[in-house]
Amino acid sequence: MQPTAPGGKLIPVLPNRNRKGPTKFDSPHIAIWRSLSELSSEAYNQPVGDHGLIACLHCDLLQRLPDLAPGASARCPRCNKELWRRREDSLNRTLALTLAAAVLYVVANSVPMLGLTIVGRDASTTVIGGAKHLWDNDQQIVAILVLFTAVIAPALQIGLMLAIVLAGRRERPPRWVGALLRHHPTTRIWSMIEVMMVGVLVALVKIADYATVIPGVALFVLWVLVFLLAAMQAAFDSREVWEKIQWADEAQRPAAGDGMAKEPA
Amino acid sequence: MSPAAATAMQQGLQSCEGCGLLSRPMPGEDEGRPGEDEGRPGEDEGRCPRCDEELVFRKSASFQRTWAYLIGAAICYIPANVLPVLTTTTAAGAESDTIMQGVVLLWSPTGWPLSIIVLVASIMIPSAKILALAYLLVTAQRGSVANNEQRVRLYRMVELIGRWSMVDVFVDTFTAALIQLQPLMSVEPGPGLIFFAAVVVLTMLAVESFDPRLIWDSASSQAADSKEVTYA
Ligand SMILES: [Zn+2]
Ligand SMILES: [Zn+2]
Repeated sequence: MQPTAPGGKLIPVLPNRNRKGPTKFDSPHIAIWRSLSELSSEAYNQPVGDHGLIACLHCDLLQRLPDLAPGASARCPRCNKELWRRREDSLNRTLALTLAAAVLYVVANSVPMLGLTIVGRDASTTVIGGAKHLWDNDQQIVAILVLFTAVIAPALQIGLMLAIVLAGRRERPPRWVGALLRHHPTTRIWSMIEVMMVGVLVALVKIADYATVIPGVALFVLWVLVFLLAAMQAAFDSREVWEKIQWADEAQRPAAGDGMAKEPA
Repeated sequence: MSPAAATAMQQGLQSCEGCGLLSRPMPGEDEGRPGEDEGRPGEDEGRCPRCDEELVFRKSASFQRTWAYLIGAAICYIPANVLPVLTTTTAAGAESDTIMQGVVLLWSPTGWPLSIIVLVASIMIPSAKILALAYLLVTAQRGSVANNEQRVRLYRMVELIGRWSMVDVFVDTFTAALIQLQPLMSVEPGPGLIFFAAVVVLTMLAVESFDPRLIWDSASSQAADSKEVTYA
């Protein structure tokens, strides 16, 4: 496989002087921090020399990732977990889908989602309105859960992804991108717009027994958002960003910047 | 020794849950050598040189934490199903429905597919999740070496479908938010809702705290034992 530097060019080994992070060449306070962290046994591990070597997170089998063509995926021979799927033009496509998702997200949360008419009276609600009603009825904890899974977690999922892809397009993404990337899977687990949409569908059918239901604009926007978020996640290849990111312990960063085994000629 | 048949822990290597990087603890840090029978190493190892995540061989206290969340979920499961989740007030009086009554009410010539969705998502998935996780915990703790592939597949299935239990929370939220037509009719959330939400959240946390690599550890160490001659 080619080195992952953009355009296939090699990345020079930079001296550590100007880099953040606890390296031996840093300013005194960082040096002190480093020795303190060693005392509390929080030193950095040493990466294995062979950068194609990985262990499956579902069964711990040591294995070497093969060279993959875009679109192809590698699975663990022992437990069949998908270890890596290489995406074509991942950062650009993810950026486009994330921007679209961000716009739809704002629309979906600012216009009514559901309305109803019954004997001349109207009512309508947004996603946030649903959570607020729970709050007003002494169901604060459930209200927070609904707000978190339907509003906050999707916002984080989109917002973090936007920051990751924008910064990840640089040649050497800064360390904070790694922190976002590390926490992004959590936002994905708790972002439940697709579950909410099924719930809304059931609620619609229930209410249709007593009243005329008027689907709001947000209802359609949210369905599109469900598919956009799935496409955004599918287009993103986190390994591409991990391979060029600035390391927490930059001194140990492999020179070639390549996650695969082959040394450049 | 062939690395293809070894696990990272047997080789003294830790893989990062944040970024996937494989790395070796600095010498002297892991006193209990991993891979040797009881040598499950201590908890505070080093950090990932790439993403700064704390590294461990296996998720810390995985069995204990997963059991704790699971027992909590099993306890909440009872009030979640016995207490009403919605109370409907009309001129004729108030009526409270549990989750199961909601499923029955939804059953009609047109509504039955949704009734089945709610039945599966609210009644079957939470109980199946609790049973499946208990089975995974018991077999892993007893060091079972059978059906490893099926068990890790079961784990992934639980991970994938667990979130769908939230459907009923959203149904009740939006039904209650919309039907506010006092004095004609109003719907309010009931006391069962918080227990039901707790079951969903606790089982999701249980899934996150379980380390599927524990399923394989007995089989891995047996494989290593049988190859002892090659190792020595
Ligand atoms: Zn595996
Ligand atoms: Zn890492």
